[in-house]
Amino acid sequence: MSRRRPGTGSLAADLGRCQLLSLAALAVSGAGGLVIGALLLLPVGVGFLLLPPAATALRRMSDRYRGWAAHRTGTLISPPRPLPPRPAGPGGRRRRALAILGDAGFWHDLRWAWAEPVTGALIAAAPPALVWYGLFGAAVQPFVWRLLGDGNWYAFVLVDSSAAMLAALVLALGFTAAGLRLAPLVLRLHARWSGRLLTAPYTTELVRRIEHLAGSRADVLDIQAAELRRIERDLHDGAQARLVALGMTLDEASRLLDHDPPAARALLQEVRATSQRALQDLRELLHGVLPPVLADRGLGDAVRSLALDSHLDVHVDAALPGRLPAPVESAGYFAVAELLANAAKHSGSPEVRISLSHTAGMLRVTVADDGRGGANADGSGLRGLRRRIEPFDGTLVLHSPRGGPTTATLEIPCASSSPKTSSSSGTG
Amino acid sequence: MRVVLAEDLFLLRDGLTRTLQDHGFDVIAAVDNGPALLRALLEEEPDVAVVDIRLPPTFTDEGLQAALEARRSRPALPVLVLSQYVDQLYAHELLAGGRGAIGYLLKDRITHTTQFVDAVRTVAAGGTVMDPQVIARLLARSDARGTTAHLTPRELDVLRLMAEGRSNAAVAATLFISESAVAKHTAAIFTKLRIEPSADDNRRVLAVLAYLKR
Repeated sequence: MSRRRPGTGSLAADLGRCQLLSLAALAVSGAGGLVIGALLLLPVGVGFLLLPPAATALRRMSDRYRGWAAHRTGTLISPPRPLPPRPAGPGGRRRRALAILGDAGFWHDLRWAWAEPVTGALIAAAPPALVWYGLFGAAVQPFVWRLLGDGNWYAFVLVDSSAAMLAALVLALGFTAAGLRLAPLVLRLHARWSGRLLTAPYTTELVRRIEHLAGSRADVLDIQAAELRRIERDLHDGAQARLVALGMTLDEASRLLDHDPPAARALLQEVRATSQRALQDLRELLHGVLPPVLADRGLGDAVRSLALDSHLDVHVDAALPGRLPAPVESAGYFAVAELLANAAKHSGSPEVRISLSHTAGMLRVTVADDGRGGANADGSGLRGLRRRIEPFDGTLVLHSPRGGPTTATLEIPCASSSPKTSSSSGTG
Repeated sequence: MRVVLAEDLFLLRDGLTRTLQDHGFDVIAAVDNGPALLRALLEEEPDVAVVDIRLPPTFTDEGLQAALEARRSRPALPVLVLSQYVDQLYAHELLAGGRGAIGYLLKDRITHTTQFVDAVRTVAAGGTVMDPQVIARLLARSDARGTTAHLTPRELDVLRLMAEGRSNAAVAATLFISESAVAKHTAAIFTKLRIEPSADDNRRVLAVLAYLKR
């Protein structure tokens, strides 16, 4: 938004926003005042009742500013932890107030409420003030100077003649223009300043990060355990069972060998078929654990292989330098497989485009189709996919408006290693 | 017939050598790694090579890479690639030259000795042999896309066996029908799929594969 070349319309809109910001400071001081009042009333007890709603109002205000500054600067402003909830049981209000007093985010908000009216709002007020003063001068000076006679000053011009009036008029128009021009700059400055004041304290960010890591680590362990259980079950029910059957059939065959050779031969045929099925079971199991093309060639060719197997027309554009870390390749592969399967099942589009790139330490995968859209980002498949990429700090963004098209973008930060095997021989 | 064999597991290499020798092949080199395979392919000028896809030193697709590399300088060099799994990408890469003299089979197939030896002979003669699994996947895809929807089940059977690289006689034997019946089905398939018919077996297989890969 802020990168747009300013036309007069957007300049006027920005001016309006400046005006709004300077007025909103009143609300901010109001909320801050409520909190201070509540704090002052703490010794007489009433403060304990007043503090939670006052803090909540202040938080609502600061959140609005956070959202606004994030929108304006295009960077996420990490919010503080939510205010402590009211504990159950008697004395809940009082204990909540105490918890709020111990909350770093609360004091952070209060500091901002104190600073915003005297810094941000003042900066924001400058463009409207210039414009109003300019408009006032342009509207009033041409007419009033004759009526007033001596002592009619406009800014630093003593308006006592037609020439001085003209000068004042030019100056007034200049003020208006300057105010309009300044508005977007001031908005950007204000957004950056608010962003700095409102970003959660570093420790909050660290705590959040630790919680995220603990959560994703638990997920990894869960996924791993589930995977091991699946492999164990598959081996037990598949290859292992077949090998047992094989042994029994062989035993039977060797018993029949002397007195019924044809029957023995039939059993041996069966043995061969069973051994083939056991091999097939193992092959499928191994493919589910680590697809051989992925191990051999890396992500680009593995995705090409998926594309060739898909029922859709899949165009793959892979520009990956060398190999990525094996766990990332694996996560990326299964993610693409899931997205491709979703496209085949739900999109109704005959065509899918997949692009893979690795720039600035980030693997970026997009899977796009021209289907009917409306994909559910919280479906179990995509939730599982997110869980798989979260341990890498990976993100999945799904853009799928009703009526299509659908684009899923996957980003995983990772380094790339030098090529192990040449993978230039790609087919699509 | 002079054969180069590449397989890193001693037991399998030994077994394969014996099988091939029993069927009248002359195994001129049996190697166990990629670089040695490439050297043997280029220097020994074999009539056919039987190559395991996964070989040292990388234990990835070393065998496939060596085969593709050798075929870049000797395009018609017959190579039968064996693997523990088949992948559509590798099948595409092997077929990319469009000349034939190529085979791609699951390693399990060597337990069926006569079929395996037939496959080696077909490839050596410039033919194309694709594993039933590769063809099954291609047909599943064609089925989902509707490109083979107007074929009868029997015609699909014939198409499948033809794509695997079987001769008319082999197709007839497998399906328990006469060779003339096979020829009739083949003609019907080619008309329905609008493929240029060809008397040459290999060109016919390649045309069918090209159609299925679309």
